[in-house]
Amino acid sequence: MKQKGIPPVLQIRSLSANYGDVKALKDISFDVQRGEIVGLIGPNGAGKTTLIKVLSGVLKASSGEVLINQKDVNSFSPSQRARALAVVPQARQLGGAFSVEQAVLLGRTAYLGFLGKPAREDLIKTAWAMKQTAVDSLADRKLAEISGGEQQRVLLARALAQDTPVMLLDEPTNHLDLRYQVNLLKLVKKLVKQEGLSVLMAMHDLNQVSGTADRVVLLANGHLKAIGSPEDVLTPENILQAYQTEIETFTHPITNRHIIFPVE
Amino acid sequence: MLGLSFLLSIALGAVTIPPGNALRILLGKLPWFEFSGDWPSYFETILFDLRLPHSILVALTGMALAGSGASFQGLFRNPLADPYLIGVASGAGLGAIIVMSIPQMGRYLIPLGAFLGGLGTIAAVYRLAKVGRMVPLTTLILAGVAIGSFTSALTSFLMLISDEMILQAMSFLLGGSTVTGWEPLIIALPYFSIGLTLLVLGGHSLNVLQFGEEQAQQLGLNVERVKIFIIISASLTTAAAVSFSGVIGFVGLVVPHIIRLVWGGDYKKLIPLAILGGGITLLLSDIVARTIMAPGYLPVGIVTSLIGAPFFLWILRRAKKEVFW
Repeated sequence: MKQKGIPPVLQIRSLSANYGDVKALKDISFDVQRGEIVGLIGPNGAGKTTLIKVLSGVLKASSGEVLINQKDVNSFSPSQRARALAVVPQARQLGGAFSVEQAVLLGRTAYLGFLGKPAREDLIKTAWAMKQTAVDSLADRKLAEISGGEQQRVLLARALAQDTPVMLLDEPTNHLDLRYQVNLLKLVKKLVKQEGLSVLMAMHDLNQVSGTADRVVLLANGHLKAIGSPEDVLTPENILQAYQTEIETFTHPITNRHIIFPVE
Repeated sequence: MLGLSFLLSIALGAVTIPPGNALRILLGKLPWFEFSGDWPSYFETILFDLRLPHSILVALTGMALAGSGASFQGLFRNPLADPYLIGVASGAGLGAIIVMSIPQMGRYLIPLGAFLGGLGTIAAVYRLAKVGRMVPLTTLILAGVAIGSFTSALTSFLMLISDEMILQAMSFLLGGSTVTGWEPLIIALPYFSIGLTLLVLGGHSLNVLQFGEEQAQQLGLNVERVKIFIIISASLTTAAAVSFSGVIGFVGLVVPHIIRLVWGGDYKKLIPLAILGGGITLLLSDIVARTIMAPGYLPVGIVTSLIGAPFFLWILRRAKKEVFW
């Protein structure tokens, strides 16, 4: 997926971060190219969520750089950063009193003034984002009244309305049933192709990672343990080391997809 | 509706002025109206020297309590936040009493004292109630009640040692609004107008905050700055309300809640509507307080608490299955 001559959109260089005295991320470096999905995996507590928090400015990095289109975002104000990088959090019961349209419009916060009065462009971008994620028919429904899968699509629409080159997704298929999981990942893939987004997506299900991501980053204990194609990273050795779990891998006879099974 | 309650408020009392006359007396003061005066001349005196300043102060106090209540609820993402319950009002009351008990300080400093008292209290409550990045309901109310009792105790102590103002201060703390005349209104007016304006302007930021501080920041909101902005403007309005009307409970809780049930949770609409509703509610409560035992006067805080406390319990029960938060 390396494109010669074009610098990566997102560059993470020697990034470290602490929670109090605990070192949560240690010297992480990797890139995400334009139009690429990088899957972020690792056992619970490996640092996936921490990495997303540091990249989005919620947690301060203790050292290292995060470059988006060659600018260090650690020096950005919250609104500058929100115009460079959007986050799709896990769907939770938040902001339930808002309508779908109001929630998606909040994706434009970084472009709005203090009073939050939307301009024509903000409304156009909001409508476009809702259409892309097929939540336009739900525009007037309250977030509390729609299903978890629909809420997750609303959060994706909100991030899309943010109009950023980089999008981070934090385990977006968590708590969704199979239909919504498949549906959401398909949607992400379509949007990445269509809009040329650079996506970093934390995921739990290793087979979903191998079916969705162009490259995979494996974190364990705050260290980057492996990076590369799904076949290169999702090996029995790497997984045993990181998850203390034995797996077998297969290649799907028809799709050639890399498939992982825990050993019984 | 606000106009109507206001008209009733200036008309009713120990001496009833027919609302029609009251309206004509008021409008007659404007240059482009002329009405013949077929009413006793003391009507005008009562109206201008007593009722009008009193009713304006009551309306503004109700507006301030409901507006700051709505903002605190949005800030803490908690339906039970209220300037009274989280201790801000008691802290402001203490600040006001401290200023009153120092003879060298004039009445002009009372709202400033209340503002600083309220601000100090909210800072302390917020720090005590914070668990990680969240301000959970239980710790918020517990910290508010604890700090509120502490400041109330200090207030009572101050009242005991400065005996000549016990009576005045007592009814002040019950939400008495016994202070009359135009002077307190003029002193508190800047706090009311600045505070209420800032609260209305903060509506959009509160909307973004409803998705949690983390998401708000990721959406581009300067969360720390916004929190300080909301706390200062809500404390300003609470201080203005408490300075000359005392601690009036539950208006800041009940009014925003009803508005939210009817018009939804968009803070750009919720805050102005809560401000209007607060004015109406306190004017009506004040009419009840002034007429139910006429010519005696019941502190309006008693009326709001008698109605508000059961309502509070009802919200508490509902909050368990509340999905709109």
